[in-house]
Amino acid sequence: MKLPLSVRRGDPMVWFTGSALGTCLLLIAGLIVIVLTNGLGFFWPSALVELTLKDGSKWLGEQIRRQPIPNPGSPDHLREHRVQLKLGNRDLLGYDFKWIDEKEIASRREPADAFYVERREYGPLLGAPVLLKDGERVLAEGDAVWAALQPLVAKAEHDRAAIEQIEKHEIGEINYRIEQQRLALKRIEYREKQDGVKREAERSAVAAAVAAQEERFRGKQQELDRLLATAATTYVTFRAADGTEKELSTLDIYRIYPANQLGLGGRLAVYAGRIWEFVSADPRESNTEGGIFPAIFGTVMMVIIMSLMAVPFGVLAALYLREYAKQGPLVRIVRIAVNNLAGVPSIVFGVFGLGFFVYFVGGGIDRMFFPEALPTPTYGTGGILWASLTLALLTVPVVIVASEEALAAVPRSMREASIATGATKFQTILHVVLPAAAPGILTGLILAMARGAGEVAPLMITGVVKLAPELPLDGFFPFFHPDRKFMHLGFHIYDVGFQSPNVEAAMPMVYTTTIFLLLIIVALNLTAIVVRNRLRRKYQTSAF
Amino acid sequence: MTAVASPQDTGIRIRTEVKTQETSAGTGQSAISIENVSLSYGDNQALHDISMEIGERQVTAFIGPSGCGKSTLLRCLNRMNDLIDDVTVTGRITVRGQDIYSPATDVIEVRRRVGMVFQKSNPFPKSIYENVVYGLRIAGISDKKVLDEACERSLRGAALWDEVKDRLDESGLGLSGGQMQRLCIARAIAVEPEIILMDEPCSALDPIATLKIEELIYSLKERYTIVIVTHNLQQAARVSDRTAFFWLGRLVEYDQTPDMFTRPKDKLTEDYITGRFG
Ligand SMILES: Nc1ncnc2c1ncn2[C@@H]1O[C@H](COP(=O)(O)OP(=O)(O)OP(=O)(O)O)[C@@H](O)[C@H]1O
Ligand SMILES: [Mg+2]
Repeated sequence: MKLPLSVRRGDPMVWFTGSALGTCLLLIAGLIVIVLTNGLGFFWPSALVELTLKDGSKWLGEQIRRQPIPNPGSPDHLREHRVQLKLGNRDLLGYDFKWIDEKEIASRREPADAFYVERREYGPLLGAPVLLKDGERVLAEGDAVWAALQPLVAKAEHDRAAIEQIEKHEIGEINYRIEQQRLALKRIEYREKQDGVKREAERSAVAAAVAAQEERFRGKQQELDRLLATAATTYVTFRAADGTEKELSTLDIYRIYPANQLGLGGRLAVYAGRIWEFVSADPRESNTEGGIFPAIFGTVMMVIIMSLMAVPFGVLAALYLREYAKQGPLVRIVRIAVNNLAGVPSIVFGVFGLGFFVYFVGGGIDRMFFPEALPTPTYGTGGILWASLTLALLTVPVVIVASEEALAAVPRSMREASIATGATKFQTILHVVLPAAAPGILTGLILAMARGAGEVAPLMITGVVKLAPELPLDGFFPFFHPDRKFMHLGFHIYDVGFQSPNVEAAMPMVYTTTIFLLLIIVALNLTAIVVRNRLRRKYQTSAF
Repeated sequence: MTAVASPQDTGIRIRTEVKTQETSAGTGQSAISIENVSLSYGDNQALHDISMEIGERQVTAFIGPSGCGKSTLLRCLNRMNDLIDDVTVTGRITVRGQDIYSPATDVIEVRRRVGMVFQKSNPFPKSIYENVVYGLRIAGISDKKVLDEACERSLRGAALWDEVKDRLDESGLGLSGGQMQRLCIARAIAVEPEIILMDEPCSALDPIATLKIEELIYSLKERYTIVIVTHNLQQAARVSDRTAFFWLGRLVEYDQTPDMFTRPKDKLTEDYITGRFG
């Protein structure tokens, strides 16, 4: 039997392989589209609708979803629809999302005086401002409140910054100094216990230092009290859709906008403001509000430390394997082992990191250098250094494999040219082989970063936390604190999405955080790719 | 190493020192003397008991069919074969009296004294300037003036200066094939070697570029001892003072070039240079 021409030509294979590729691309594109639409839509200030139901109750909120109601078996299965409203007002209602069947809706309108208020706690407040007071004095009522409120909200932002400056930075610094003195005292006690010599002079120096700091602390506390007294005197009362009223200090208002009066420009401004807040601010409300700055910072820093560790080690190991070791069965076995190491589940590395880095190395450092603080561990507990080292260990096989390939690709003729001019093997490697292999080594780095930046499991047991009070990099000597715990975007996604008490509120945060995790990985990779291409242009080997 | 007697032994008379001494030309001194050198790659013996003297400030050409061991012998002269695993060399090679295979010899020093130019030009992916001064930098020289002088001198020596003097900072890989080969020659002479080994330096070049290199070899002869491997018999005849013909890892005939090409003493040589095989 003669096969049709198209089959003999091999067309089915083309279709088959082509559709495999197409499916992959479609899945990836689908993932990106879902993440982008869900994540980016979250910041958009959409209109607030007020639904009056047939039973007379009123609900004001953002309509975030509309879907057919499943009712299997009955004829109206998937015929009727329901909408989900984001109501806010969790403190008033006890919940902040509600499904409403469309057939129960009597009327729907978009009230002009509906405001969306982002505040310090309990999620957003939705309602109309009715009264503005300064202490007992009424400043504005009804429609006039909005105009009078705007400068106060701007001032609140300013005041909050001033308060944070004192609370977090200045008092934080005092606390840090007092803690240093406490450790100094423990060190003195520890030494006294060891050699029995009393160190009264040193003790009194510490006590004086603590007293001085406490004096400063009282000063700052008074300053803070004064600031709070002047900042927190104005209160605004909102009326929710069901008529309940809620009084809010203007100091607690982060953002307020009349959702149904905004033009496109106004909406864009709110949108940009929210994105900026998301990128630059600390999280609030158990991570479901505020920003993700500490997580972005932690992720980037961890990837950088990881790369600084993994690349030199990987390159040195590859150099030994490729340039110095005598090629034989032993080297082959090592090579296979390294390749397999790249496939070991990351949690295994995490457990190893916990056992080796945290308990063994960290515990050892504590016993050697910080015995006075024990049993409170300094390095003997998870921290950004140990997490980064664990990830470096996880990614070093990737670097080794890529570097080895890059070294092997350096033409023999180039090495011979160097050797023949009187260079030693080491000089040849340093001046000729490594520069020529640099682009390939950077490919290894890119692969390593792509793998390392997205890992979560090993971090969870080596130093990541859901909320880190301090960044690992700050203004206090020695500026970089490798022992500190840190936040990470990948873990943040897990924490917000699956550990949060308020799933509906947290879900969009999962998508937005995902976007930023992807963006960071792309940005890190792009940087490495740009560097690689520049090197490649510089060191491209002759075509001749 | 086992010296396996090959079946061809019977037909070949191996000419050694006796002959080279009586035909010595130029200064009459020998720059390199090779005594009973044999070499094997693992079990495969590539050179069989070679002895010859290479004259000072002369061009010596190695000719012979592919695989006869010309490159192997050439690479013995600056110990480039050290880079290959599992190579055994026996016999003695002295460069101006110094035994380069004795354990006391500094191999880096040897390679400085005996430079090399390869068949495939192999400039580094660096600027022209850095290519030329590479050997000096490696030796620890960083004085800009010394390097500049060496760069100009070497490029002039390699007849490349006028073509590249305005673009020393550009990549050495941007040159033409012939220019790259001359760049490699400049790189080799920058460290002021005594001897330059060339392994088919023109095989990848067009006739014009080849001619340039040949002229260059002719002028380099004034200062350097040159050993050149070539498949081009005309080239050997044009540039060399003496020619050595190899066959299956053995030195078959070694003589003054004009004599070799007009009155070969050996039947094999005659067959080869008249193009009957190879
Ligand atoms: N690195 C090596 N390992 C093992 N054997 C080798 C190696 N290099 C050369 N040989 C063998 O040694 C013999 C001589 O090779 P060589 O390269 O010296 O020949 P040649 O005369 O230079 O040939 P050509 O004119 O083709 O360059 C050949 O039989 C070759 O197979
Ligand atoms: Mg050869």
